[in-house]
Amino acid sequence: MLLLFIDRSFTVPSFDVQVKLGRGNMEIELEQGWEIIERGITRLKNILEGLPEPKFSSTNYMELYTTVYNMCTQKPHDYSQQLYDRYRESIEDYINSMVLPSLREKHDEFMPRELVKRWENHKVLVRWLSHIFHYLDPEFIPRRSLLPLREVGFICFRNLVYHAFYRDLRVWVLSLIDQEREGEEIDRALLKNVVDIFVEIGMGRMDCYDNDLEAAMLKATAVYYSRKASNWILEDSCPDYLFKVEECLKREKDRVSHSLHSRSEPKLLEKVQNELLSLHENQLLENKDSGLHVLLRDDMVDDLSRMFRLFSRLRYGLETVADLFRQHVTGEGTALVKQAEDAASNKKCLSEPDSVGLQVFVRKVIELHDKYLAYVSDCFQNHTLFHKALKEAFEIFCNKGVSGSSSAELLATFCDNILKKGGSEKLSDEAIEETLEKVVKVLAYISDKDLFAEFYRKKLARRLLFDKSANDDHERSILTKLKQQCGGQFTSKMEGMVTDLTLARENQTSFEEYLGNNANANPGIDLTVTVLTTGFWPSYKSFDLNLPVEMVKCVEVFREFYQTKTKHRKITWIYSLGTCNLIGKFEPKTMELIVTTYQASALLLFNTADRLSYSEIMAQLNLTDDDVVRLLHSLSCAKYKILIKDPNTKTISPTDSFEFNTKFTDKMRRIKIPLPPVDEKKKVIEDVDKDRRYAIDASIVRIMKSRKTLCHQPLVMECVAQLGRMFKPDIKAIKKRIEDLISRDYLERDKDNPNLFRYLA
Amino acid sequence: MPRASKRKAAPPSSSSVAAPPPDQSRKRTAKATSKPRLKESDQIDNLFDTYANRSLGEIDPEGIESLCSDMKVGYTDVRILMLAWKMKAQRQGYFTKDEWQAGLKALKANTILKLVKALSELKKEAESPENFEDFYLFAFKYCLTEEKQKGVDIESSCELLKIVLGSQFHSQVDSLVEYLKVQKDYKVINKDQWMGFLRFCKEISFPDMANYDENQAWPLILDNFVDWKKEKSSSR
Repeated sequence: MLLLFIDRSFTVPSFDVQVKLGRGNMEIELEQGWEIIERGITRLKNILEGLPEPKFSSTNYMELYTTVYNMCTQKPHDYSQQLYDRYRESIEDYINSMVLPSLREKHDEFMPRELVKRWENHKVLVRWLSHIFHYLDPEFIPRRSLLPLREVGFICFRNLVYHAFYRDLRVWVLSLIDQEREGEEIDRALLKNVVDIFVEIGMGRMDCYDNDLEAAMLKATAVYYSRKASNWILEDSCPDYLFKVEECLKREKDRVSHSLHSRSEPKLLEKVQNELLSLHENQLLENKDSGLHVLLRDDMVDDLSRMFRLFSRLRYGLETVADLFRQHVTGEGTALVKQAEDAASNKKCLSEPDSVGLQVFVRKVIELHDKYLAYVSDCFQNHTLFHKALKEAFEIFCNKGVSGSSSAELLATFCDNILKKGGSEKLSDEAIEETLEKVVKVLAYISDKDLFAEFYRKKLARRLLFDKSANDDHERSILTKLKQQCGGQFTSKMEGMVTDLTLARENQTSFEEYLGNNANANPGIDLTVTVLTTGFWPSYKSFDLNLPVEMVKCVEVFREFYQTKTKHRKITWIYSLGTCNLIGKFEPKTMELIVTTYQASALLLFNTADRLSYSEIMAQLNLTDDDVVRLLHSLSCAKYKILIKDPNTKTISPTDSFEFNTKFTDKMRRIKIPLPPVDEKKKVIEDVDKDRRYAIDASIVRIMKSRKTLCHQPLVMECVAQLGRMFKPDIKAIKKRIEDLISRDYLERDKDNPNLFRYLA
Repeated sequence: MPRASKRKAAPPSSSSVAAPPPDQSRKRTAKATSKPRLKESDQIDNLFDTYANRSLGEIDPEGIESLCSDMKVGYTDVRILMLAWKMKAQRQGYFTKDEWQAGLKALKANTILKLVKALSELKKEAESPENFEDFYLFAFKYCLTEEKQKGVDIESSCELLKIVLGSQFHSQVDSLVEYLKVQKDYKVINKDQWMGFLRFCKEISFPDMANYDENQAWPLILDNFVDWKKEKSSSR
């Protein structure tokens, strides 16, 4: 039971007040004075011991204070030094006679309890005695550079009591902490009080706490958790382990706030997470049954979030997680590629192109992206490390082609299927928009963006020209998205194409007006002409097809009309892209055939001849073998046999002959006879390669023009950086272009440094 | 009358072997009747006329061939190329009068014998570090026979490499020539590549080529050569 004797009526007198006890001019002898003082001190000690003593009044206090005062101010015998020494001696005496014996006889938790009590008492004692000897503080002590009274008092305790018992105290503290860790209830208040001793005994400095308690506590913590970790790592699954870790960290934080000094928190938590997480990070994450791969696969969102939270505490903890994440995504993506590759090669055995399989592949890639992007934003808090890991993973497998088709082509084909009429995807408008958005995101990972652009452009041309585009808004929408992501240059031609069609429609209207106003100009056939701006559209070879007579007039009429509109443009007719509606007067019934201009030209030949040979047809049409074979195949060996082939084989050979099939019929009145397009792949790749050479040249010249001189390595690097938006230039290709530019005198090598190039104006 | 102590020069002949003393012809007082002493430059001119094609006014390939046989030097000997270099000859297979005069004067050769002797000195001169690069480049340019021709075909490049670098960089040239004949990327060698070959021989340790860095500005043909050679050695 503590008696806190300071009540409000007990004030410390200021130095100016001098209470004179009727002493007159008599000096106080040392022992005489000391007797008075000592009596008072003894009373205070008894009070602390809980012995019955009358209350210590302010008068008592005054008496003592004044004695001290007088003994210090009297002349000639100023007993300040002696009083100072005896102050300390009284305290030491008290400790040695009362405090230490009582402590020594206590054991187990009674010792700390007693020590806490004694410390509290001591603080009170020092406070009281300091008040009594207070006069020494302001002048005597500083004059002699001595330690202040309060400090002297604490030092006594520290030297005599603390130094004797702190080890035992420490042992007790650590064992209590471990008990609490094991789940037992402990006396938190007592623990806190003991810990406070370590703090306060430092008298403003924390060395006692740090060195005598904290260091050992941290060590013990490490040992404790190291043991736990070894057990858990063998028994627990990764998510369970992480759950325990999070719990431990919570509890340790709690412990600090209740029982320890707050400065220990970061160090303590660091020890815990070091033992539990840092040392076992790889083992945890790579656990075959429950590690990161499994959590990702099984969509364990909470556990992933926890994993992120915990590892973000470690300095480099997230690097490992992100690394494994990247590996995982790469693995998943590569598996998709393999799957698609296998499916495609199976189909190859059946000699069908696996267009459905490839479509599915692209869709799966998009879904994969959605899934892992969700993880990055939901579980990994959009951390840049994980965005980067996702990007790198996708860049690895997205640039792998499938079954001979590059990913650029696959993506373009996928878009085509969504945007064209009768495409394989049947989606709502919203779904289409969403899908297009995602496609554009995946495009970001593909390095050959220019290849994608070219395939896309080719397919867009077919959609626009053969009226296969399902929805104009979607067409424009994806172009906007592509523009945002890849820049205006990427989409300028495509936008031109779409605009061309709008203009073409207007043009057609004026053409029809013109026809209306000029009766003799009428060609006798309904004619629709679409005028395309050369630069925007893919290049098409124009062949000098021998048009059927009926169509020749059409061409002339339009030419005349166009002359009235503008004189400065040259028109080149691309018959290979035209369509024609023919009326076929078959015996069973008359039917309408929708064919290409080439097919129509071939069919119209049979108006004047019953039977024609391959060579006759070719000669009359003036087309190449490739074209003739294709178109005859579509008319005689495909679904609709408008012509009868002799011999009736499945392929066209130059020795075949053809007859008009008068008996042809179909349940529909109107049929479309498709002419399968030539495989554009090779040409697209060639065109893109050519464009790349120009682009590299232009880039090198641009760089050298502004730098004037530049070394090889930096030139190559800048070139790669400049072009990176569209494609990843091959280093050897750049080297080749540099050499070409040297031989064309755009650049020269420096005479002294062969690695340095100079721009030649 | 004292006997004339000065010996007069021998009359000129087309295959003069004796070396007439160089006469300061301009210092002579003109004695219309005295036989003209042969100036060195005249001798050089006469030598020129011996080999020159009359109608062309230049020494043509035939003339060079006969020059070579007179000198007992092979037609494809590197020293002939060096002679052309010394003359700063512009056109392969032909020496103009100016070029001939300049060359032989610089070599201090006015007879075939002297010329032959001068050739070995010339070889040392051309192969010296200060001059070799210049000679090497000349050898290439000398092969650009057509106007605006920028490259020398592979076959000729190989021959030229052997002639010009064969003695100094025997193994490199052998490998390079082998490669050039099998590769399909280039049909001609341009100046940059040609100079690259010399730099390669001088700087890169052979045959290990350990200090070759393809990230440097070596011509692509050399990158490909190094790859080819490394693959060949590893597949053994």
